[in-house]
This record gives sequence, C-alpha cells and structure tokens, in this order.
Amino acid sequence: MSAPLLEVDNVSKFFGSVIALNDITTSVNAGEVTCVLGDNGAGKSTFIKILAGVHGPDRGEYRVEGEPVHFGSPREARERGIATVYQDLALMPLMSIWRNFFVGSEPTVGVWPFKRFDTQRAKGIAHDEMAKMGIDIRDVNQPVGTMSGGERQSVAISRAIYFGAKVLILDEPTSALGVRQAGVVLKYIIQARDRGLGVIFITHNPHHAFPVGDRFVILNRGRSLGNFGKDEIGRDELISMMAGGAELEQLTHELESARTDGG
Amino acid sequence: MADITAPIEPLPAGTADDGGAGDERIQDIGLIRRLLVRPEIGALIGAIAVWLFFLFFDGKFIEVIGLARFTDQAATLGVMAVFVALLMIGGEFDLSAGVMIGSTGLLLGYITDPNDGAGWSITTGLVITLAFALSIGFLNGMLVTRTKLPSFIITLGTFFALRGANVGITRIITDETRVTGVDDAPDYDFWFDVFSRQVTIAGERFQIQVFWWIGLTIIGTWILMRTKAGNWIFASGGDANAARNMGVPANATKIGLFMGTAFAAWLVGIMRTLESRGMTASGGVGEEFEFIIAAVIGGCLLTGGYGSVIGAALGALIFGMTRTGITFAGWDSEWFFSFLGGMLLFSVFLNNYVRHRAERMGR
Repeated sequence: MSAPLLEVDNVSKFFGSVIALNDITTSVNAGEVTCVLGDNGAGKSTFIKILAGVHGPDRGEYRVEGEPVHFGSPREARERGIATVYQDLALMPLMSIWRNFFVGSEPTVGVWPFKRFDTQRAKGIAHDEMAKMGIDIRDVNQPVGTMSGGERQSVAISRAIYFGAKVLILDEPTSALGVRQAGVVLKYIIQARDRGLGVIFITHNPHHAFPVGDRFVILNRGRSLGNFGKDEIGRDELISMMAGGAELEQLTHELESARTDGG
Repeated sequence: MADITAPIEPLPAGTADDGGAGDERIQDIGLIRRLLVRPEIGALIGAIAVWLFFLFFDGKFIEVIGLARFTDQAATLGVMAVFVALLMIGGEFDLSAGVMIGSTGLLLGYITDPNDGAGWSITTGLVITLAFALSIGFLNGMLVTRTKLPSFIITLGTFFALRGANVGITRIITDETRVTGVDDAPDYDFWFDVFSRQVTIAGERFQIQVFWWIGLTIIGTWILMRTKAGNWIFASGGDANAARNMGVPANATKIGLFMGTAFAAWLVGIMRTLESRGMTASGGVGEEFEFIIAAVIGGCLLTGGYGSVIGAALGALIFGMTRTGITFAGWDSEWFFSFLGGMLLFSVFLNNYVRHRAERMGR
C-alpha cells in the first residue's frame, strides 16, 4: 500500500492566543473522497488554507505522496497538484466557457507579433474536458453566467483537473445551491473520484457528505471529533455528531442510487 | 469504472431552484446567448437606423460624398473610442483622455513653434509628446491600481490638473490661449501626409485619419478577441480578484490599457495639431464623455468585463453620421446633443438588460 496522496498528521494552527485548529489528522487516497464536516467557525476555512498553501501549520506534518511539504504559497501547492476550488469559483459570468477555462493560462500559437490565443484549441479542450465530467455543452461560447450553479461548479472543477490537479479541494461547493443543483455537484465529485483524483470535500451538510465520502473528519471549534472510514461511522452518527438538520433524506436516497450507477 | 462520458440526465423542468421557467428556457438561453456573443449588434442596428433616417432627409447619404463627410467627422473620435472601449472592458474609465488630446497637441506646439517655442523638428516633437502621453497614462494606471480607488475619481483629478496646466503653460509660453507655427517646422509636410492628409477615392476626398481609425479598429479587435492580452482584459474587467487568483497580471493589464488611451489621445492630438497647424488651450476638453458614450453605444458595460471594439467604432460612426446628417438637413447643430442623449439612454437600457440576463447567477 503506497502512501496516501495527501495526509495531515496532527496539524495545528494558532492565531495569537486563538487555537484555530488543534491536532487534525486525516488523509485522502487517489480515487477517494474525504469529507471535512463542521459548522460555521469549526475551523474549516483554516484547514483549507493550510491544505491550499495559504498558511503553514504551526505544528504537525503535512505530507503529499508520503513526502513532508512546506508550501510557501498557493502556487507551490498547485504545482504539486493540489487545486482548491473556492466558493466564488474564480469565474467571470460574462465570459464564455472557453475563455473562463483558460483565464491566466491561455494556450498560444504563432510568433510575436502574431502570437495569438489559440482559440480553436481552447474551445476544443474546454468542450472535451467538460464532456469528461459528463456535461455535453452545446456551445462553449455560452457565457458562464447563463449556466446553472452546478454547471458552473463543473467548469471550475474540470478546469482544475485539466491543469494537473491530483487532489481537488472543494470549499463548500454545495452550500449556496438548491437541493437539485447540489445533487448535480455531488455527481461531479463522484466523477472526479472515479477519474482517480483524491477529493477533499468541505461541507457543513452531512446529508451531502455521507453518500459520497470514503472518509469523514468532523471539526468542532477547531478540534477533531474523529477521523472515520466509511465503515466506521453510520449516517445517523454522522448527523448526530454534526447536530445538523433532519431534512434532505430524499436527496440522500437519490445520490445513493446515483452512486450505484456511477460507481 | 463508470462510463463518465455519459451525459448527466437533465433535471426535470420546472422543479429547479432557478425560477423553474420550464422547457422554453432552453430556447430563451439560445437567443440571449447569441445576443451576448455579439455585443456590437445594438450598435450595428443603430448605425443602419441612423443612416436610413438621415437618408430620408438628404439623398447625399447614399453617395460617396456623404460617406466621406461622416467618416471624416467620426475618424478621430473613432480612434479614441477603440482604446476607451478596451479600457472600459478592462473595468476602468479615463476622464483625462479628452484633455490629453489638447495637452499633447499643445506640447507639440511648444516644441516645434519657431517663434514662441523651441523650434525643433516635428519628429523630435512626436517622440517627446508620445513619451509624455504614455507617462500620464502610466501614472493614471499606477494610481488606480495602487490605491484601488475608482478610476473615475483618479482620472477626474488628472483631467483637472491637465486642463489647468494646458491654459496656464500656454499663456506663459505664447501669451495667448493657442499655439501656432507648427507648420514652420521643416518636416511638417511629411508628417502632415502621414496623419492628416486627404486622399481622393472615387472622386471624393477622404481623411487619411479614417484609415487610421479602421486600422486601429482591426488591431484592437484582434488584440481583444484573439490574444492572451485580450482574455486578460475581459478577465480583469469581469472580476479583477478572480483574475489575479487565476494568474492574470490584472494590474499590469489595466496600466497597459490606461497607456492605450493615452496613446490614442497622443495620436489624435498630433492629427488635429497638424491638420489645423496649431492647438487651442481648451482642445479636447469635454470630449471624454463622447468617447465613453461611443463605447457604451457599442455595447461596453459601465461595470466592465464585456464589450466590443467594433461596436465602439460603430458608435463613433453613429456620431459622425448624426453630426453630418444634422448639418445636411440644415437643423440647429445643438440637436446633436439631444440625439446623443437619446442614443445613450437606449444603449444603456439595452446593455443593462443584457447584463442582468447574463448574470442571472443562481448563487
């Protein structure tokens, strides 16, 4: 058994006298989904920032493919294949899908002064990468703003995968969405997992986490309430640990069937 | 391994959380999408409508003389509109763009006028004035990107500073409120031919500035639509923070765009000074809004991130046709402004509608 794609071992983060995170341990393997659950203020954002390379941990070890890492910037983390998709998705609603897909990393063709954005290639790649996520977009010229919330998430996810992500960190991808759109995003998470990525799914919703997760970490006020494999915790336990709401049973059933078809 | 290329089943219509518009939504998006892909469509329709309107009053509009007249009226505005549109798509304004036409023209006068000025060649003057204009553009860009204050305020400051200096310095140098004597420079004729000559085509005299305008429209469109820099302009104007997170040098892009409008102001300042053999101290003042209006008529959003260079060029053409048409029809020239106001409001309503539909984000 090779080392997990990404693992953190007892990491802690302090801001002055405030203990933002204390002794968090978890891991994600290729082709697995690790869910990080916690209510507001539980330390989820701090945890993402450590993984994404924004902050270094004050204590504990962060390893990528078994090797300890000390990221100085988010760019260094990205270069190691750790891509973070934040809630704002870094998409421009008025720009087309293909333009958004390559913002900041445009492929070019020709020599100066005729060096130009290889738009045909960009369109082709954007279309194909979206197709790999299971989305057949009719027109890559469509502005991102006309897409649904779930579809927009898929643009951000497929873009991260195309640009070399091995581990995908998704910051509350379902929280701003309605029930059905959230369901669509959960399917994308499964797609990414099936393509061999490690996915870290940050959420406050156990109903979204349970059907897709292989591993669960529950944060509460900066502390870990445990790091469980899927067989070590039941849905009800997860919910009661999160003390979350009781609705959305329906969605969970739907996703379980999606998982059986998809997995 | 699942068949990941299988499309995800479409969601049942009417139950989604985004308003539940039902099946007709698909058609709807198709239409809006097509409109969105072509921001200049409004300006194109507008240009045709204005042309037909004035053709009704004066048959010369369909003749070559009509074309020569209204393109002459539109040319320098068109040159400005191309760069102002790029800047607006990049999310910024430049209120100093008009007065900078005066500043560069006056500076060219101070340098070349043999009586009151230094009496140097036009060539030297062009180099110095270009350096001056680009520095002002760079300064505007630096101030906006460093302070993160609205460019509207920063360039309003530059506008007033230059406006005062234009009159003040001209008075000190010439004792008048204009510079003259530019045509006494030995290389005047050469540069006049480059920037301000008329060329005869089909028996009518066209301003060479029209070809500068067309050329710059093509280059501007190419940069915007077909280069990396173009994608950065859209991204910086759409959401500068998100653009930075994706690795776009948004500040450098914006500074470059401010230098672009300064370059255009330099070009137009030179053209006008060579054409009329001098420049008045109030030159260009008040025109900055015309450039912005041309860009807005051309489909540029005031909020940035969306627009078209060709649209802005068409907006300038509408200006030229309206000015010429009002003259041909023998009406009071002030009607031009009423016409302009109407066009502007109509364009803003249209653009606003487009943006609301495009930003119908279900977040």
